Amino acid sequence: MVQKAPRKSAAKTTHQASAQVIKDLHERMVRIRLFETEAGKLMEAGKLPGFLHLYVGQEAVAAGVMAALRDDDQITSTHRGHGHAVAKGVGFREMYAELYGRVTGACLGRGGSMHINDLTRGMLGANGIVGAGVPIAVGAAFAARYKGEDSVAVTFFGDGATNIGAFHEGANMAAILGLPVVFICENNGYAEFTPQSAHMLITDVADRAAAYGMPSVIVDGMDAVAVHRAATEAVERARAGAGPMMIEAKTYRFYDHQGVKGLRHPYRSDEEVAEWKSRDPIDLLETRAVADGTATRAELDDVWRRTRDEIAEAIAYAEASPLPDPADLLLNVYSG
Amino acid sequence: MTTTKTPTVATRKLTYVKAFNEGLAQAMREDENVFVAGEDVAGYGGVFRMFDNLLDEFGPRRMIDTPISEAALVGLGVGAAARGLRPVVDLMFMDFIGVCLDQIVNQAAKMKYMFGGALSVPLTITTASGAGLGAAAQHSQSLEAWLAHVPGLKVVMPSDAYTAKGLTVSAIRDDNPVVVMLNKVLLGSTSEVPEEIYGIPLGQAHTARQGSDVTVIALGRMVGEALAAADELAAEGVEIEVIDPRTVQPLDTETMFASVRRTNRVLVVHEAVTFGGLGAEIAAQIQDAVFDYLDAPVLRIGAPFSPVPFSPVLEKAYVPDRARIAQGCRRLLERS
Ligand SMILES: Cc1ncc(C[n+]2csc(CCOP(=O)(O)OP(=O)(O)O)c2C)c(N)n1
Repeated sequence: MVQKAPRKSAAKTTHQASAQVIKDLHERMVRIRLFETEAGKLMEAGKLPGFLHLYVGQEAVAAGVMAALRDDDQITSTHRGHGHAVAKGVGFREMYAELYGRVTGACLGRGGSMHINDLTRGMLGANGIVGAGVPIAVGAAFAARYKGEDSVAVTFFGDGATNIGAFHEGANMAAILGLPVVFICENNGYAEFTPQSAHMLITDVADRAAAYGMPSVIVDGMDAVAVHRAATEAVERARAGAGPMMIEAKTYRFYDHQGVKGLRHPYRSDEEVAEWKSRDPIDLLETRAVADGTATRAELDDVWRRTRDEIAEAIAYAEASPLPDPADLLLNVYSG
Repeated sequence: MTTTKTPTVATRKLTYVKAFNEGLAQAMREDENVFVAGEDVAGYGGVFRMFDNLLDEFGPRRMIDTPISEAALVGLGVGAAARGLRPVVDLMFMDFIGVCLDQIVNQAAKMKYMFGGALSVPLTITTASGAGLGAAAQHSQSLEAWLAHVPGLKVVMPSDAYTAKGLTVSAIRDDNPVVVMLNKVLLGSTSEVPEEIYGIPLGQAHTARQGSDVTVIALGRMVGEALAAADELAAEGVEIEVIDPRTVQPLDTETMFASVRRTNRVLVVHEAVTFGGLGAEIAAQIQDAVFDYLDAPVLRIGAPFSPVPFSPVLEKAYVPDRARIAQGCRRLLERS
């Protein structure tokens, strides 16, 4: 499936995956969906400070990629990072506690939604600066090779982020150094409120990989199995020392750029949103799994139920957690 | 260049963000060479509504939505300014100057000097700075000290709606690169704003309140906090003089010195980190010029030496407020 640069056509979607993989993808997506919809409700109820960039709609990408990774593989994320964190295995408790600004949070309450990280899970951080995670992943991949480890680094970024210098410099650096980096473009068609057609003249972000001699592939970002297959191939390739590769996943965010709704100026038509929602990545996988006999409806429902319980417990934990102590304002500014 | 008319009567109140918008629109009407470029400024009207309705009036020739490419965005402004236009480029959050600092510091600021004065760079950079929205470490900084340190740049910090309009107009009319630092927390605040176009002279401080006991020199949002502290202290029989420099580069030290000669005590307050902040510069200049008039060492209040924390409890402790200013004044009065 890997193509040499320049890329010519989209990869074929294949629906074959083991039952185990399907269930894994499903669980990761449900975990993201419920984490996000509950976070959205908390934000709307005025319980969370700061900004909240929701990932709902894009779950197949995080789930598909993360299911292809090991715990010691590293990822760098974006301002829309909850889905990546959840799929990489970061716990609900420390994530909600962080959204609430509690001292038990992933950043001890210092970072909030845009800065969640977890080194034990290879989650090198969400990022408030568009494109900034790309070179950091390149550095993480460099470190793996330097130390003789076979972990890979994956960097997530949006279509909009590929207009920033850090993306281009990072891509070229990874290519020329032949580093084990997988570039995942989550193309949801918009950078904030600007449609892709208004911020780049190309249709496929994957074309940009060609400029750096990097192979690339385009996948249906609503199809977790397709994403997983492409990611598995790219990750194996990188792990084997064949260098970086880019995957462009065409996807969509169901909510607003920031928060749930509250658009003052509609920038997407209702029809467009409805059309993408009709291709809900979780519905797609569930329908297929039940039809294939991979999973029963009851099994799938059970995942939702268990996850709901876990989330309710995590929110209660976050709400009961103490606030940080202002006396510790200078904590972690420096080491030692 | 248009001469600066001083406003006569203020008839109505306007929000800070609307006052900015009005000043910008009037400056665009006044000079055909003024155009605006930035991310989501045209179609969406800016994420802070700074550019609302401008596309309707000025059209896409003068209101330009750009890709997320801050280095190219500022560079576009530099090149266009060098060729005689008067660009207004918007950086949304001040923190994003991190990705385009070369264009600001090494290019815009030095071009006139390096060209032997043969050209000027009448570039205006608008951006929103400051903490208080739970936007955390990468979306909350006040980086005026970085910029004020660079010869060739001017930096203005509007403290209310009136100054937001007047300083913006002056920035656009000025033949030098000027950074207009709007404050996020002040966006919705109101004050009296004349309807006609007016500029506030750059490099001229304003005495926001007269008093005889302590001079408080406050930057940006801290002006309001200092005025509130002054009210509190007035009830205790202490008269605080509040000086709003309005422009931090060039800095009107004469107004400050004159005040110190009357009050003999000075407190400088800004929301930026204290270390290496403008408070140090102001304190040093005061000690150099009017040391003999001081009854106590100049006191500085600013943020601790830490990134801006997310958790509201920490953020509140981080940013100086009226209570800390009042306390600082009391401390100054206890000494001598
Ligand atoms: C350097 C920088 N510029 C601008 C922003 C403001 N901003 C935050 S998200 C965003 C849009 C990002 O678009 P994209 O990369 O496509 O990701 P998406 O939001 O679609 O997931 C912008 C412009 C930022 N955070 N950092």
